[in-house]
Amino acid sequence: MELRNITKRFPGVIALKNMTLQIKPGEVHGLIGENGAGKSTLIKVLTGAYPADEGEIFVGGQKRNFKNPNDAKLAGVGCVYQELSTVKMLSVTDNIFMGNTIKKKKSPLLDYATMHRKAHDLMLSLGEDVDVKKACGTFGMGIQQLVEIARALVLNAKLIIMDEPTSSLGEKEVDQLFKTIRNLKKKGVAILFVSHKLEELFEICDSVTVMRDGEHVFTDDIKNIDNDRLIRAMVGHALSEQYPKVRGKRGTEALQVKNLWEGGVFQDINFTAYYGEILGFAGLVGAGRTEVFRAIFGADPLDGGEVYINGKRVQIKSPKDAIRNRIAFLTEDRATQGLVPSMSVRTNLILASMKKFQHGPWLDDATIEKTSEKIVQSLKIKTSGLDEAVGQLSGGNKQKVVIGKWLNTAADIYIFDEPTRGIDVGAKVEVCNVMNSLVQRGKCVIMISSELPEILGMSDRVIVMRSGKIMAEVDANSDHFNQEDIMKAAWGGTLQ
Amino acid sequence: MTDAINSASTPKKKVDFKGVLTQLGSLLALFILCVILTIATPNFLTMTNFMNILRQTAINSFISAGMLLALITAGIDLSVGANCVLCGCVMGALANKLQVTNSFVLILAALATGLLVGLANGLLLTKLHLPHPFVSTMGMKLVLCGLALLVVNSQTVANFPEGVTALGSINLFKTKGYSGFPLAFLVVIIVFIIFHFFLTRSALGRKIFCVGGNPEAARLAGINSDNVLISVYTISGLMCAIAGIVLVGRTGVANPAAAMEPYDSDAIAACIIGGASFMGGKGTMWGTIIGALMISTIRNGLNLLQASNDIQNIVVGLVIIGAVCIDVYRGKMEERARRLATK
Repeated sequence: MELRNITKRFPGVIALKNMTLQIKPGEVHGLIGENGAGKSTLIKVLTGAYPADEGEIFVGGQKRNFKNPNDAKLAGVGCVYQELSTVKMLSVTDNIFMGNTIKKKKSPLLDYATMHRKAHDLMLSLGEDVDVKKACGTFGMGIQQLVEIARALVLNAKLIIMDEPTSSLGEKEVDQLFKTIRNLKKKGVAILFVSHKLEELFEICDSVTVMRDGEHVFTDDIKNIDNDRLIRAMVGHALSEQYPKVRGKRGTEALQVKNLWEGGVFQDINFTAYYGEILGFAGLVGAGRTEVFRAIFGADPLDGGEVYINGKRVQIKSPKDAIRNRIAFLTEDRATQGLVPSMSVRTNLILASMKKFQHGPWLDDATIEKTSEKIVQSLKIKTSGLDEAVGQLSGGNKQKVVIGKWLNTAADIYIFDEPTRGIDVGAKVEVCNVMNSLVQRGKCVIMISSELPEILGMSDRVIVMRSGKIMAEVDANSDHFNQEDIMKAAWGGTLQ
Repeated sequence: MTDAINSASTPKKKVDFKGVLTQLGSLLALFILCVILTIATPNFLTMTNFMNILRQTAINSFISAGMLLALITAGIDLSVGANCVLCGCVMGALANKLQVTNSFVLILAALATGLLVGLANGLLLTKLHLPHPFVSTMGMKLVLCGLALLVVNSQTVANFPEGVTALGSINLFKTKGYSGFPLAFLVVIIVFIIFHFFLTRSALGRKIFCVGGNPEAARLAGINSDNVLISVYTISGLMCAIAGIVLVGRTGVANPAAAMEPYDSDAIAACIIGGASFMGGKGTMWGTIIGALMISTIRNGLNLLQASNDIQNIVVGLVIIGAVCIDVYRGKMEERARRLATK
């Protein structure tokens, strides 16, 4: 399998730039990169989900053109996604042969005898003797993952892409998976192993490719690589962008949490955020940062731990409680969680603060109009009018409406989750300035960001999370306040 | 800065204009329908017949007002017809079995019944976490059908005091040769005006739209979606009770077998024709009244053309499907236009 000079553009961004990748039969090839380095796009090109704009794909020396997922399947590319795609109610056999059923000769009926036998053989070859007639959902995650691998093998896959296959597995299941991978290797199946866990790469891979900003950085034998080289390659030496950081004056404790945990999601979360500072939360996607704050905000239930606001213990059971405690939460997914796209700018701006604009049951339209126009002006929201549906606005302007919505609540603690994701540079600077002015007015800002330059550019203090745990806390004055060290912690290293 | 002010205020009229056009669209459709029926049958274009249409529209209008709220939250209330008939039957049972003759008590009993049924629908949906109001209200529909039969021992009952039947039977401004304007429709107009302000100007009204447009965003903004939904179904139940009182007034009897009549689909049709969407977040009172008028005009016209009940149902069914198709294509066209505009 070989990719040559693959380029993929999306409106406004180039996701892949002249990406090349070569995988030999029977090789386990690791693929790593920072958040947004283009790994997912690459996988989608490889599986035919996105056609490439430029470049060529060769399979077994033959040039192939993947127009849709079926082309990729026929060429022998299988994929096991991070999120399992098994149908839990159907049997293991049904799952393996989905879309590829075997029929009895000259009959429209399915030949279950053959399918069961083949499915059983396949599972056995992957090292599991299971009753293939049982529903997939009755088995654990590990076996379900094997079912997905078997599904690829039924189609004679020559390359199996595994996108963070271990993220939902326990230790034993990971061992089992690695055994299976070694088995597949012996059969000459190539594996592209995408992972956020460096130690796994060293354990299972023969060679590793590092990506950054949609480009190929290097490919090398695992023998020639160590941890530091990988991290340096992922971070790169690009000058960090200039962020318009304005320092505030650190005040008293705003939000303190003790021993927060949510089963299987995060544990032992302890930190304190102060007024007048921006506390950054760094980590890889899936490190549990969003989940921690969703739980603090009352959007998800907590399993244990204590939350203190202004030194006083609070019980937050719903977002309503959180808002009453003057917390604002700007969710990472604006379209699905932050806004009502079908409603007007005006309505979205008062969504979280309707009480303030009420006279009895009625809304005070005059005040709403005045306040909304003030916000539209001060945040420079580009809209054709207060009655325009928010769904029609651009990403940056949507984010500004979300910000406006929370400014209206006059909160004291602002949680920004990926505040600049998917918005243009100009809007980015404006969002950063909003955070600055909040801090200057003595508010507490917590910023979750997966972009290291942004974390370093804006934060007064950074907490690094990994796999639901806090790995490190780095002050802006510390020697560790640099991309390499924060990245190291995010990938599981310790800082001395 | 001045740009921001200008851009915030000037094109506002354009949006309103578009909204008015959409509303005029359904009004235009109603007008065309009337023209066709005028040509098809000489009995259509008479004052008496028009008053008849208004009389026939009243019941569906009350039910549609409640249904619209449910549809805006991306829900549905299938129990409306059965609820409406049950409210009539409860009054019938009180009047005949317990000899209650006080109209005030009877009307209060009907309103309480409708309200409680609606409250039950809301609680089933929110507190028992049923997957969709389709399930809870469909089950409720059958329960209410059975209850309606039960309270009056499966018999059609009459003997309602005048105070109860007044709403459905009184005609205003009666003159010689003119049947008069139905009181019920006057109440419809008043209720619809109140609902219009409720939906557009009250906090709860705004919350109903927000919960329908994006329940998760509403929840994360501190809106208690459960309470909003419970209010919606309770109001819908209350509107059914009013419709039930009108029904009793119009017919003079409470017939439990009527619980299976297609009140629910007529109401859904009125809302959808009026611009509501099964996806929630959309709908106006003005559109709904036009939709309700449309349905009863179709039924009235087919009656005049001597089409039987079965044909009527076929036509109304096709109109519903047609209206939803128009809604879907309108959405697709708008999205396409937006895509092309951004390119």
